[in-house]
This record gives sequence, structure tokens and C-alpha cells, in this order.
Amino acid sequence: MNKKTISTILMLAAFAAGAAAEAKTFRYSTSGDILGLDPYTNNEGPNNTMKDNIYEGLIHRSHDLSLHPALATDWKQTDPLTWRFNLRKGVKFHNGNPFTADDILISLDRIRMPSSALTFAVTSIEKIVKIDDHTIDIVTKYPDPTLLLNLPLFWIMDKEWLVANKAMDIQEGAVVSTFANLNANGTGPFKLVEWVPDTRTVLVPNPDWWNKPRHNLTKAIFQPIGNNSTRVAALLSGDIDLMYPVPLQDIRRLERTPDVTVLQGPELRTIFLGFDQHRDELLDMPGSGKNPFKDVRVRKAFYQAINIQAIHRVVMRKASKPAALMVAEGINGFQADMNERFPYDPAAAKKLLAEAGYPDGFSVTFDCPNDRYVNDEAICLSIIPMLKRIGIDAKLNAQTKSLHFEKISRKQGYNTSFYLLGWTPGSYDVHNPLVQLMSLDGEGQGTWNSGRYTNKRIEKLTDLIGGEIDVKKRNAMIREAFKIHQDEVGHIPLHQQALAWGIGKRVKEVKQRPQNDVDLRYVIMK
Amino acid sequence: MLTYIVRRLLQSVLVLIAVGFIAFSLFSYVGDPINNMVGVEATDAEREWARKTLGLDDPFPVQFARFAAKAVQGDFGQSYRLSIPVATAIGERLPATLELVFVAAVMALLIGVPLGVYTGLHRDGAISRILLTISLIGISLPTFLIGILLIMVFSVWLGWLPSFGRGATVDLWGWESNLVSWEGFKSIILPAVTLCLFQLTLLMRLVRAEMLEVLRTDYIKFARARGLTNRAVNFGHALKNTLVPVITITGLQIGSLIAFAIITETVFQWPGMGLLFLQAIQFVDIPVMAAYLCLVAFIFVVINLIVDILYYAIDPRLRLDGSGHAH
Repeated sequence: MNKKTISTILMLAAFAAGAAAEAKTFRYSTSGDILGLDPYTNNEGPNNTMKDNIYEGLIHRSHDLSLHPALATDWKQTDPLTWRFNLRKGVKFHNGNPFTADDILISLDRIRMPSSALTFAVTSIEKIVKIDDHTIDIVTKYPDPTLLLNLPLFWIMDKEWLVANKAMDIQEGAVVSTFANLNANGTGPFKLVEWVPDTRTVLVPNPDWWNKPRHNLTKAIFQPIGNNSTRVAALLSGDIDLMYPVPLQDIRRLERTPDVTVLQGPELRTIFLGFDQHRDELLDMPGSGKNPFKDVRVRKAFYQAINIQAIHRVVMRKASKPAALMVAEGINGFQADMNERFPYDPAAAKKLLAEAGYPDGFSVTFDCPNDRYVNDEAICLSIIPMLKRIGIDAKLNAQTKSLHFEKISRKQGYNTSFYLLGWTPGSYDVHNPLVQLMSLDGEGQGTWNSGRYTNKRIEKLTDLIGGEIDVKKRNAMIREAFKIHQDEVGHIPLHQQALAWGIGKRVKEVKQRPQNDVDLRYVIMK
Repeated sequence: MLTYIVRRLLQSVLVLIAVGFIAFSLFSYVGDPINNMVGVEATDAEREWARKTLGLDDPFPVQFARFAAKAVQGDFGQSYRLSIPVATAIGERLPATLELVFVAAVMALLIGVPLGVYTGLHRDGAISRILLTISLIGISLPTFLIGILLIMVFSVWLGWLPSFGRGATVDLWGWESNLVSWEGFKSIILPAVTLCLFQLTLLMRLVRAEMLEVLRTDYIKFARARGLTNRAVNFGHALKNTLVPVITITGLQIGSLIAFAIITETVFQWPGMGLLFLQAIQFVDIPVMAAYLCLVAFIFVVINLIVDILYYAIDPRLRLDGSGHAH
């Protein structure tokens, strides 16, 4: 027997042994794989969650979105610009290195590099001052009411590890393979065993974690399955223990299946429609010199022509929550009493159109993604006949997300008149959609304000809300901005889609986070 | 013979350049990869930076020239999605696809040819009619439907076979294999059956048609008249003469097996090149798409060449033609 054969046999034996001790192995699946492990690139939901299993920030955002101490034990504001953080003692990285204030300083330098995709989480930070190994001061450029909300995204890396592996430079994975993107070394509750792209990511609990684990896993295996039907079948056959999203048409079926439960809940993403309110002449009406969407009556007519209950019932099979605000419940600054839509009223809509000078309607191209949100193309398809009833001839242009986002973004000069988009505030605060979707006039503002909606007062309020720490005053300003945006129909919010997870019989408890991802800290197996 | 092979290989270079060029001219229509890479919160400056670093601002002839110049040195660039070099990514996936195609092709041959012979010999038999009817299903049902049906039956209802993935592979000198352990082989059965079904029915019908043709010829009648056994007539004379078209089709079908594998691999989340390619399209992973298309074109060229060479081995007339002894 040569060496290779022996090692093969040993491997097989190891597999058999692994199968015996597999009781607490949790296998879960979603449609796509992670893109890389570097905490400061690939800012995308599933990716951030995987990093959050391995890395920790000063603060942890729990499954109910509340904030809890992680690498910091406590903090207090010493003046409007300064926050004092006491760091947890005795914490070790997965490689055994102790965690100290120096790790935070180097992490700040790194997350601020031009190639970082998470700079937005620390934009307000002027500097971090080391008081001693376990005390730091965070000094902000302006009073920042959202500092704490952003800190869970500021994952802390190990200084020695970064230096020893020459991993300080952040490179987009697309440019060159980097050590930090293919390896991981955090302080978090799980250690990375291996990442085989498109096949599996294997994690094991960190035995030296500072906190008492709530989960009871011995191993977690994440296996992406792109095909919806296969993912459902894998759950039914018991090959995996949890999978999401459950396709809407399969929810009822899974609910009827013994041993399988479907966990549903609202998501933080708001789906909405936007109009070109910038061009003097609509792209679809060349030579007319007119842009009907500049008239609030036309925008309101569109709003009132849409039967959101029909979309909720038929297209979304009740797995949606109709919305009247650009943010969902759970986002800091959400105003529950303002979440009331204009009534569905085609007659009123037709009247508004006539008043605006379009009694016979007009035609417009409707840009829509077809593989990004739940039933996105079906939503658009259902809106077209609703608009037809008030005389609007909307022509659907549904395409894959890469093409859709390119068309409606700055790259193609916001090449759209009427579009559908969804947005989850990365900071969990209303200031984020105000900056990204509802305003224009500032550095880095309005990146996804594809219709270039703007209102002087909202522009002003956006800046003020960004720097106001008095909760009461801030809330009043948020309400004012929302009111203006609603009255002017800056966008048409449609709904928040519901999350649907399929859960197998081996899982005892799992917490569904509204970001639609699995935090392994909260998984308990039978 | 040697000049012939060299000439064909040179032609293949032209084919590859053409494929690469056409592929690149199409890439401007697949969308913007930047958004997929940097995330929605990125500022315009960050987007511009990424676009510039990747050279996506350049016109397509420049991008193509850069790709071609690097590709001839064996450097296919970096995958936008996987953060590893394209050559590594394809190298990791190639074994999965080749094993799948190999098992599917063997199944198609081992089952398709005998069934074809049987239905050719007993063309009015009840079993033949049943087989032919079933084979219609194999030809007409789309691959993804067959795949899902098989998963439903063998994974969900019966619980015999895994529903997705490669399962427990064994590392053979750097080649991850499904073929050396039963655990691994269990994972390959359903995708291989799904993939081979079309080829199997095609082969069966082809062999049957050829057999019917050959059995009518004079030399078969003469062989029977000489009193040869059925076995010698059917297999020694008839089947052997049906092999030339069978080999052509089998050869060409191996190319399409690799191409068809895209759908099978997607249904079974089989981590091969087809899945890699499909996900590359969704992500606008241009370097992977370019390398995959060139690789598949190359495989087709090589298979065609091998098929041509096999003709010489099987059909003595071709060899004789070459030396001027034709009759």
C-alpha cells in the first residue's frame, strides 16, 4: 500500500467518524455564495453576515436590531464630538493574538482606504485616540447621531496578522487575490475552516470566545444552491436544515409538509417606484418639450392608480407589507403614524391627469429588474394594466439586475423615466435613504436618486438630520422631510417584501433577522 | 497525417481568436459588473476607481487586445466574482465537469448501443415499441425538468441519493474525484443520468436506424446464406458497419455534453465549469465568460480532430484511399 492509498483510507475513515459526531452540524443554504472574506470589501447582505460570524465590531447588532456590547464593554459620550469606549479584556483573535486598542487603530486606517467598500460606516469619525490598551476615544467630525448604529459594520482585524501576511492593502477581489479575502482571523464566535467557492463554507465554534455561546452547534456548513426548486428539494430530503428564500409559490406546500416549517417575517427593504423629475423633456416624448413627471399631479395620479392591495394579494401572495414611507419599521427614525398610503382611486387619478393637461395619458418606458427582488417583474407587469386604466401606456423594460442597475445609475446618465428599485438602509437609519435616494446636492449624495428628485427643504433637513443628536429635534425634522416627500410624491413606496425561510426538523430554534440572513449565534439544534 | 493534424491545430487557433473576439463584442451588452462588486453604498468615486482599475472604461477592441495578449501567455486574468485567478477557478471546476461528462457518456454508450441493436433486430416487438416510446420522452423533455423530477423521486421521496452537490469527494493527487468511493459516486448518479438521457436516446435511435439500413444490405444476406450464426452476423458484421456514424455522433455529442452540462450543473448545484459560467453571466464576470467560451471552443476543435483521426482507425477504406489502392 502506498502512502496515497493510506491517506485516502484515513480520509474515508475520518468521513465516517465525522458522520457519527454530526448531531449538531447545521447545514444551510441560500441562492448565492459569499464573494470574499475581507471585512472591508463586498458590502452585501449575505457577505456581511458571514463576516459577522467570524469578526466582531465594538458593538453587535442582535437579531432584533438592538445594539449590544461586543468588543467594547461600555461607552459614554463625553462631549458632543467624543465617545469614550472601554474595551473588553482577555479577548483573543482566532490565531491566539490578544485584542487591544492598536487593532482598532489599524482597522480604522484600513477601512478608510479608497478601495474599501465600507468607508461609509466610519465617515463621521475624525480620529480614534488610544488612551491605554483597553480604552479609546472616538472623535467625530460633527455630532453624529448614527455613530453607534454604524459601528457593528466596523469589524476589527488583528494588527499582527495584517502585518505578518502583508494584508494591509485592500484590493478588490476582481483585481488580484489577496490574503485577507481568502482567509479570516477575527474574534467572533466562529472560526473559518474552509471556503470552497460555490460549494461550501465550513465554520466551527471558537472555543475561546469571550461570551457564553447561545448556539449549540459543533459545525456549520453553508452551501449555496442557485436553483430554487433544487433548494426546496434539498430541504425536503433533509440534505440541508435551513434554506431561504422559499419561492412564494412553494410556501403553502412546505407548510403542509410534516417536519418542515416556514418562518415568515417582514424585511427591511422597501420596494418603490421613481420618476425622472430632472429632464425638461421626457426620454419617451422626444420633440414635445415636456416632462409630465415634473408635475406633482401626474406623480400623484400614478400613485393613486396603483392597487397595492391587489399586488399584495395576487402578486405577492400576501407575503408583503404595503408601505407609504421610504423606510421600513425597525429602521431608526421610522414614523409609524405616517405610514399611510394615498387611497387607491383610479377616477381621482384620471382627473388629476386631466388637470395636469394629459387627459389622454402618455406613454413611458418602465424599467424593471427581473432577478433582484421577490417577483419584481411580476409586480411591474401588474402595474402596467393599472396605469392603462388611467390612460398611461407603460412599456415594460424588464432585464437582469446588472443591466437594470447600469441603466438607471449615473454610469448611463440616469437613463430612465420611470423605474422600480428596492433599498435597505445600510446604517439602519433614515438618514441613509435621505442621502442616497431623496436628495442630490452634496458630496456622495443621491447615488441612487435616479429620477433626481430634489426639494430645497429636504436637502437642508438631510444635512441637519445627519448632525442632530437630540432625538426629539431629529424626529421632528425627519417627520417634516417625510411629509414633504409624501405630499410631493417624490417616489411611490410600494411595499416591504416578506422573508420566508424553510426550516427542517433538526432545527430547534433560529432567529430570523429582518436583513434576511442567518446569524449562527442564534441557531439551536435539537 | 501529421501535416493534417498540424493544419487542423492551426485552424483551431483561428477559431479561438474568432470566438474570443465575438465573445468580447457581446460583453458590452451583459451589463455593468461594478455594482455587483462594490455594493450599493459605494460612492461614485469608489465606482469610478474600480472601473478604472479593471480597465472597463476602455473601448472593447482595447479590452480584447489586452485579454488576447495575456491569454496567449496563459493568463486569463482574475475572476470578478470569486476573487481568484480564472485559470485556478476553471482548474478547480474542470474535474467535476469532466467526470460528469465521462460518466454520462459511458452510460449513454453502454445502454444506448445495446438498446439500439435490440430495437433494430426486433423492430416490431412489443418491448421495442415501448423502448421507442420512452425514448421520445427522453428526447423531448427539457433537462432541467428531468433533473427536478429525478431529485423529487430519488432524493425527496425515496431518500436514496443526495439532492445536490458533489458530496464526499476524494482527493486523488490534486484531482477531486467522485468515482473512487461509493459515497462520492452516489452524488454523481442523478446528474449523470439527467445529462445522458438525451444522448442515450439519440444513440439508441441512431444505432437502430443504422442497423435497419445495414441489415438490408447484400453482404448481410450473403453472410446469412453462408450459415453464419446470428451473433456473428448481427455483431461481427452489422454492428461494426454502423459504427462510423455512431462514433461521429458520440464524439460531437461529448462536446455538447460539456455544453449541456451548464443546465444539469445548475439544477444539481454541481460545481463544474457550466455552473461557473452561468454564475459568471449573472454576475457579469467577464474574464470567466471569455475563458470558458474559448476553452469550450478549444474542446470542440480537439474532439472534432480526434473523431477525424478515429475514422482512419475504423474505416479501412480511408486508409486505402490515401495509398491509391481504392477499388
